[in-house]
Amino acid sequence: MTEHTAERPSSDNDDFDAIVVGAGPAGSAAALELARAGRSVLLIERGPFPGSKNMYGGVIYGRILDTLVPQWWTEAPIQRWVTRRQTMMMTGEQALTVDYRTEAWGRPPYNGATAYRPDFDSWLADKAVEEGATLVCSTTVTGLLTDSGRVVGVSTDRPDGDVRARVVIAADGVNSFLAKEAGLYGEVDPANYTVGVKETIALPRSVIDERFAVRGDHGVDIEIIGCTGDVPGGGFLYTNSDTIAVGLVLSLPALAAGGRRPEELLAELKLHPAIAPLVEGGEVKEYSAHVIPEAGYDMMPELVGDGIVVAGDAAAMCLAAGLWLEGVNFAIGSGAAAGRACHGALRKGDTSAVGLGDYRRRLESSFVLKDHRKLREAPHLVMGELAQQKLPAMACGVAEDMFTVTNPEPKAGLMRIVRRQMRTNGVKLRSVVGDTWRALRAFG
Amino acid sequence: MISFERRMDSVEFRIHSEAHIVVDDTICRDCSVRGCITACPADLFVPTSDGGILFNYEQCFECGTCYLVCNEEGAISWNYPEGGHGVVFHSS
Repeated sequence: MTEHTAERPSSDNDDFDAIVVGAGPAGSAAALELARAGRSVLLIERGPFPGSKNMYGGVIYGRILDTLVPQWWTEAPIQRWVTRRQTMMMTGEQALTVDYRTEAWGRPPYNGATAYRPDFDSWLADKAVEEGATLVCSTTVTGLLTDSGRVVGVSTDRPDGDVRARVVIAADGVNSFLAKEAGLYGEVDPANYTVGVKETIALPRSVIDERFAVRGDHGVDIEIIGCTGDVPGGGFLYTNSDTIAVGLVLSLPALAAGGRRPEELLAELKLHPAIAPLVEGGEVKEYSAHVIPEAGYDMMPELVGDGIVVAGDAAAMCLAAGLWLEGVNFAIGSGAAAGRACHGALRKGDTSAVGLGDYRRRLESSFVLKDHRKLREAPHLVMGELAQQKLPAMACGVAEDMFTVTNPEPKAGLMRIVRRQMRTNGVKLRSVVGDTWRALRAFG
Repeated sequence: MISFERRMDSVEFRIHSEAHIVVDDTICRDCSVRGCITACPADLFVPTSDGGILFNYEQCFECGTCYLVCNEEGAISWNYPEGGHGVVFHSS
């Protein structure tokens, strides 16, 4: 990356102030902020409509939208508001669940929501269009236009499809060929990635309400650990209005080496006694898959180059920290920051890497990089053997021993049960102290 | 468990006449890992009896799993399909 601050000699050749590649939540948030600031923005989407290439693990946390779209909850295409959040640890035939519910998350300003990404992403892109951004769909960006090392636009697969602008925002998703082409990524390590697979399953609304013990537009999000066999990963199950979604997130190298196919592992989860009654009788409405940048802070690229910034999954902004699994909010947060920083750089007439440096500073002072930095160890910990295998087995084992009444044998007592389960699962006291300390630190 | 065919039938693909991913299976013949076969969520990589790999781009999720797990340089040429084509999700 070159560091020169010279302003580009002329902007006569520019078709737009800014080009945003990808109309997902990051790109649309960036385009919205730029358009609102009065900039000419081209928002390019390769799918036939925004969100048509996108899927996720189920919950959008809306607080970041409050400033972008005031009262967003009155108009966003939401399926259900999550008022019941469960973390489930399972083994082959056991499950221990922490089940939290609160009515507070079911009224404004709400907390988390489930939505179909094609609906939600299209809605957010429309917000950018309402502010004046130009949205062009069904157009694949094929590369960067550069002039002596700096990005000056993009080429597309349209006839005469080159477009020039003073700055390009790469919000082109987890594979971000643009960030790679700009040299912002180091070597790509498959161990930093997972693949998510998901079934959207149709069920009558009343059946969902009954099975998940919710009413009206309230819904459930269940995050699961211990459900992926020898492949590090996790599972999820959440409710939409008249569908539910069940899926897995699986470590790429382990999946490639293990000989187990994703849909087989997903079928096993659906047969688990804790899950089977919830998904029973439903028809698969849509199967989907997507790669996830799992490793967070440690896999992020350079966020800024000459004439280019990177946002959302393209910059590995997805937070996969076990207790917290978030992505759309980080995409919106980074996209909005990119939009504001690019506006500032355009105003100063300097869209070099130095001029765009405010983007990183904005992220560092917001939740986006603060959370990622604080939780940088968490993804590794969550994908480790302790969290994947030993913790679910220990937790379920202790619960089973504790609640199994052994009359006429007297109760073993909690300490003995814990010690016995530690022995059974090969957990050493020494390592428990160390691992607990490590976990407390990793989760900030 | 629903059949794989039925599973993939639930997904809309607007198929382009040209393949966006090309697999050079002369390279795959020397690969001992072949992670793509198990990892591709659309099951598009099928081993052939003569040691090659048969690949079909038509029901591709465009997720990137295959090129990420591929450890043979040049075996997979990976691009996105032409604009407006490929997978189209509706309720995901």
